[in-house]
Amino acid sequence: MSFTAPEVDYAGLSPVITLTAGICAVLLAGLVGERRQRLLVSTLSLATLATAAGLCIWQWGEREDLVAGALRLDELGLAGALIAILAAAVVIPLSWREPAAERPGSEPRHGEFQALLLSSVLGMVLLAQAQNLVSFFVAIELLSVPLYVLCGSALLRRESLEAGLKYLIVGSLGSATLLYGLAFIYGGSGSTDFSGIREGIAAGLADDPLVLIGVALAATGLAFKISIAPFHQWTPDVYQGAPTPVTAFMAVATKVAAFCVFVRFFEVALGPAVDNWQPALAVLAVVSIVVGNIGALGQDSLKRLLGYSGIAQAGYMLVGLVAASELGVNALIFYLATYALMNLAAFCVIVVRERETELGDDIGAVQGLGRDRPELAWPLTISMLGLAGLPATAGFMGKLYLIEAAVDADYTWLAVAIAIGTMISLAYYLRVVAAVWMRPAVEPLGPEPAAEMPAMAGGSPQADPQGIPRGDGPSPPPGTRCLAILVPAGGLAAATIFFGIIPSPLVDWASNAGQALAAFIP
Amino acid sequence: MGVRAVIQVMLWLPVAVGLLCFVVPRRAVGVSAILGTGIVLGLAIALVAGFHTAEAGLQHQVSESWIPDLGVRYQLGVDGISLFLVLLTALLWAGVTVFSTFRMPDRRRIYFFMLGLGETATLGAFLAQDLLLFVLFFDLMLVPFWFLIGAFGGENRIAATTKMIVYTLVGSLLMLVAAIATAVLASDQVGHLSFSLADLSAHTLSSGSQEWIFLFFAAAFLIKMPAVVVHGWLPDAYRAAPLPVLALLAGVLSKVGAYGFLRVALPLYPEATVTYQELILAVGVASILYGSVMAFTQTNVRLIAGYSSIAQLGFITIGIFSLRPDGADGSVLQMVNHGLVVAPIFLIIALLWERSGSEDITRLGGLAMRAPVLAALFLIVTLATLAMPGSANFIGEFYILIGVFQAKIVYAFVAIAGVALAAFYAIRLFQRTMHGRPPENVDSREIALRDAAVLAPLVACIVALALYPGLILSRGEAAVEDKVAAVASEGDR
Repeated sequence: MSFTAPEVDYAGLSPVITLTAGICAVLLAGLVGERRQRLLVSTLSLATLATAAGLCIWQWGEREDLVAGALRLDELGLAGALIAILAAAVVIPLSWREPAAERPGSEPRHGEFQALLLSSVLGMVLLAQAQNLVSFFVAIELLSVPLYVLCGSALLRRESLEAGLKYLIVGSLGSATLLYGLAFIYGGSGSTDFSGIREGIAAGLADDPLVLIGVALAATGLAFKISIAPFHQWTPDVYQGAPTPVTAFMAVATKVAAFCVFVRFFEVALGPAVDNWQPALAVLAVVSIVVGNIGALGQDSLKRLLGYSGIAQAGYMLVGLVAASELGVNALIFYLATYALMNLAAFCVIVVRERETELGDDIGAVQGLGRDRPELAWPLTISMLGLAGLPATAGFMGKLYLIEAAVDADYTWLAVAIAIGTMISLAYYLRVVAAVWMRPAVEPLGPEPAAEMPAMAGGSPQADPQGIPRGDGPSPPPGTRCLAILVPAGGLAAATIFFGIIPSPLVDWASNAGQALAAFIP
Repeated sequence: MGVRAVIQVMLWLPVAVGLLCFVVPRRAVGVSAILGTGIVLGLAIALVAGFHTAEAGLQHQVSESWIPDLGVRYQLGVDGISLFLVLLTALLWAGVTVFSTFRMPDRRRIYFFMLGLGETATLGAFLAQDLLLFVLFFDLMLVPFWFLIGAFGGENRIAATTKMIVYTLVGSLLMLVAAIATAVLASDQVGHLSFSLADLSAHTLSSGSQEWIFLFFAAAFLIKMPAVVVHGWLPDAYRAAPLPVLALLAGVLSKVGAYGFLRVALPLYPEATVTYQELILAVGVASILYGSVMAFTQTNVRLIAGYSSIAQLGFITIGIFSLRPDGADGSVLQMVNHGLVVAPIFLIIALLWERSGSEDITRLGGLAMRAPVLAALFLIVTLATLAMPGSANFIGEFYILIGVFQAKIVYAFVAIAGVALAAFYAIRLFQRTMHGRPPENVDSREIALRDAAVLAPLVACIVALALYPGLILSRGEAAVEDKVAAVASEGDR
């Protein structure tokens, strides 16, 4: 018995290697003293992300199997990786003043925080490239576990701990379901490799009950991660409870990576069984659009609102997958990119207002921004108009692309569902814009009573609330401290408008992803 | 400057000037806005002057690749149908901008930016020759108006403006789906994915697809006008909107719906147009009757003008759906006529409010006593509104009725009742505000010179058009016949 070591393509793996090295470096840098920690750690993290992004762009256009076929280097995976890296790069400045990472009166924890964030990004990069059941599952766990911790990282806030616990339980349930499904598929097809599964199904396993149960369970597990209704119940609570930068990261990056693997798994591995899963996913898409949009209607918390809106948006994106065509994959990737731009811009503004006002993420916190803080009002407005799909924003182009894919695949009724969902969504997106421009600012309330000490953090000196000012203390004078957030917010909003008027570059970029799968899609 | 540049500059200048309003000093905002709309008006006049009357096809065409992967092109052009609507847009926007600068709103930068964005979007809807570009501009029009009403309007403005945008977007999002479906379904015949109106009208769809697609488009256009049954947003929005904005909403935006029928629905879906002709005619006639009766019973002057718009747009609709060249040509004329009369009415209402603090005819009256010039201007507008013989509105309605008589005589008989009712509500509006004994709250003052400078040119346009309606009729004729002929041949089959 001879053993030949697999040939390792270091160039193809370079983004993964960079991120891994970056995680170690950041974790070590977190050990330096309080004063320089933030600067050092953040610089290292951003440099890691920039390098990884650069390497992804360098590898753009390569199409090959990596690590004995466990990973696939192609534009779909790289596109997902780039969006996830962008999200992480925006979230790092967002987290600078976050109590989760830097709480007055205790040691800063930027090293831990950003190392966890980078680990999650690493999981996403791997997930977007996974083409083997084992690497698929390992990557999704690598993505999830750091997020469980990050959600609960604001140790002084009961809601944050609750969010962490809830996400851990529901996320584990989702992972378990997914794993169970993967086991069934392996059992049915006898292969862990996506192409092996594809061959098995093409050879007549499409109606094999074992495989079908596996497909259903795997889809359910992924639906938990992406928060597609009816597997979405955790989303609003976790989004609201988690520290806002973490919410921003979860809302964007998790969706991107999970959708990439969703596409690869269903279009490549399960491609021949398309007639079996297509109607089921179409129903999931409609349920998600309806539940998300109706759920968002009455929300006063902006994070919950964006949580529900994310459920609805996931429903729209699922339409791209249901179309099961090259056009559909392109539309999905395009939509993911625009969704990332718009959502991150909104979260930037929410983070700033959370620190400046006592209202937290309540819609009241953004009232009157148009008059007082146009530099915040415009990004939020553009982001909301974009998510609502109004023209001259990238959101309109995304919807156009998705509807075109749906109609092209003879799913016109899904296109109508997108249109009806968008109508409902206007009511809440425009409510936010109306609050920004058409309502007077809310008068600041008195300081809220200090939070109780959460039981879960009990006893540790860090969790002692006595004498620790809430949040960031008195609000800073406008514009001084949050330049690091305002710049990305403005940039993201500008990009939203730019790609709404000149979408061709992004369309071309996204269409590479579909071409990468062209061999597998009819 | 090349002819193509005229149309491009005209389209994008307003929003560029709107952006400029954010950087120029506060005092210069009004001046730059006026300059911008003035230049656009000049270009629009140049466009009319350089128009070749006899041609049915598009002139000043611009066609650039925009999103090749999705089959969307940046295609613009004018023909006899859109020519005067473009001029009307430029004219009313210039008038309203000047009128607004005399009553400088708080947060003026964003006000004039939104006005500029609105002008670009409206001109874009009239100029677009690509179906998707049309839908895009059609939807984009809403955003600035939503802002203008919501941020600068009166009582209950946020609810009213949200209701308006939800209503209209219900229509336009379905229209987006319908537009994409048209292009995708036609791509087999065209050979590639194309949203170009020329390609799509050359290869019409099967009658089954045409029908549902037509209904989606019709819903969008009827809501925009608005027509009866889908007019629910109108009373609230009209009560809450600032009056200069309302002048544009009623004067220009309502026409985009009617224009859409001529530009999109008739040429692209001829079979469905014939199938649903009677349905739309019925909606049009119902709008005439309902709008007239409501205008007669309301006491709020804004709503009187608003409901009269519903009635007038009903006329325009039945003219188009007579599917006869006379009727459709009359509708094109009537679109311009109605814009020219309804905008001054709303501006005059603003003056009435300044003189009395009320917009209710029970608390108005006697204004003519010390303000003969204002009264005279108002009288001309009123007479034009009720389509007095001699006015261009009379000629427009006459042509429309000829068309409908030729097509479906029953609807014409009912529609004639609308002509009579128009006299009632228009004269009632004039009498109750201008004549009689002035209530205590009314301070009868003559129109200020600056306001007259806005109103007098608009009224002069009404008079000029009354003297020479052929200006529009002759230029519209060829294009209208071209659009109607395709459908008519379908109907005869």
